[in-house]
Amino acid sequence: MAAPLQCLSQRLVNWARIKSPWITLFNSGACNACDIEIIACLMPRFDIERFGILAKGSPRHADILIVTGHVTLKQASRLRRVWEQIPEPRYVIAMGACGASAGAFHGLYHVMERVEDVIPVDVYAAGCPPRPDEIINAVVTCLNLLKEDQVHGGKEWRQRRVREIMEPMERKAGI
Amino acid sequence: MPEVTVPIGPHHPALKEPVNFKVIADGEKIVRLELDLSYSHRGIEKAAEQRDFIRVLPLLERVCGICSHSHSTVFVKGIEEIMQVEIPPRAQYIRTIIAELERMHSHLLWLGVAAHEIGFNTLFMWTWRDRELVQDTLEEMSGNRVHYGMNEVGGVRCDLAPHQVSAALERLPFLEERIHQYTDMVNDQQTMLLRFKGVGKLSREEVLNYGAVGPTARASGVDYDVRRDDPYLAYADVPWNVVTDTNGDVYGRTCVRIGELHESVNIVRYCLENIPEGPVRINAPKIAPDGEIMSRYEAPRGELVHFIRTNGTNKVERIDIRTPTLANWTSVAMCLVNKNLADIPVIVAAIDPCLSCTSRITLINTPGGKPGIITFDELRKRRQISDKGRGLP
Repeated sequence: MAAPLQCLSQRLVNWARIKSPWITLFNSGACNACDIEIIACLMPRFDIERFGILAKGSPRHADILIVTGHVTLKQASRLRRVWEQIPEPRYVIAMGACGASAGAFHGLYHVMERVEDVIPVDVYAAGCPPRPDEIINAVVTCLNLLKEDQVHGGKEWRQRRVREIMEPMERKAGI
Repeated sequence: MPEVTVPIGPHHPALKEPVNFKVIADGEKIVRLELDLSYSHRGIEKAAEQRDFIRVLPLLERVCGICSHSHSTVFVKGIEEIMQVEIPPRAQYIRTIIAELERMHSHLLWLGVAAHEIGFNTLFMWTWRDRELVQDTLEEMSGNRVHYGMNEVGGVRCDLAPHQVSAALERLPFLEERIHQYTDMVNDQQTMLLRFKGVGKLSREEVLNYGAVGPTARASGVDYDVRRDDPYLAYADVPWNVVTDTNGDVYGRTCVRIGELHESVNIVRYCLENIPEGPVRINAPKIAPDGEIMSRYEAPRGELVHFIRTNGTNKVERIDIRTPTLANWTSVAMCLVNKNLADIPVIVAAIDPCLSCTSRITLINTPGGKPGIITFDELRKRRQISDKGRGLP
């Protein structure tokens, strides 16, 4: 698919967004392990700032939201509100086993099953907790996704691709 | 001036974890502090009752990501005491080494965070760079940087190879040199002295009244450390000193933590050099007899208590976790009164708060405003309703 024509200012913004994505952290009730690994990312050993990535406190300044851990029922509405404050295009990274399926906390009475139940997730980082290298990998994957989305003019193409793959399979299986 | 309520949290740029402070201020002076700690409540105590001793350990480790070894050690220590099994000395030493490395990483982390709170980011970067050496050692020994998974009932999961011991010993001199440098910095740097001295002062009597534990209590001259007063693991064999201070302010707590860093380096070195030979685990029974135990442990933040009741099965009947941060909150709320608003971050950071382990939940009946008790069946029913609401099976 060809890239939609964009004006110069839009192209400039797109370029800048890839060169310097700002992230915001949201602790949705995690056990701190993911948080300290993210802070370790910002430190001299791993130094995530060499990719232009800056950790920001306010969601209104951010491009990428990193959700650390499972979502407790009390934090779910707050997570949704923080996500709504991020300007479009917004991307979400769910950290660790907890972000994908609540990990060790699966089935506890005050824990939601997945981050995806509350907000759409773009990238999952594996591990409990993910090593700083894996966090950097997740952010770089997210940047590549951002680049591809810019070419396709939005996030819809990904869902369309999933539908294109899934629909013939579902027809075959008779669903 | 009329009193103003300043809400902070649960999501706030200055906070690393979800917590809600309601600071009631009169101008720049704090009148009162109200806390809501329940944002990361997960219900671990209840879930622990449904898992056997093998499956419960990964869950208990994840009570807190910073003192994960503390939680699993205090639990297996209690279970082993109920079962009356004696674990091999080599396993005791390995547990001690991991525990002290964990204390080092936690205190270095705290020193960085405290420096960050007063705007001294250079020290923040330095301590976290040095902390990576401790993390490397932990990763070599256990395979993981954060959740080590070393403990099991009856010993530890993996042995230390000679090359791991020598690699760990090689890192210690550099760390020791850096810690000396931090000691000098705390005593010389005006940036730190001005923001730490006389801030958040607690007298010895106040500490005893409010039940503060760990470095917070030791900084006010309370000579109390579970490692010495109720020795466990290999601490009885190791020569070391309890670090205390008489300042009672944030400066004192910093001095205590840096002193403990020195002690930890010495304990780790002693244990690595004198580690006995032999097996690292024994075959412990799968079930524990009837019994109750109050298992105590000196976590990096203070005294950690697990109350465990067993009932002759392979699961615990009840486990209650009292974390050091919960014990320290009262002292924070009290020593913030009549202080400047700008001192909140550093006073709160001085107890090294860890909210994920502290979260408690109280059910408040909304119309009456009275706290009540909720049964597990009721909780399960609510959970099923909320699952159905989200379209989950």
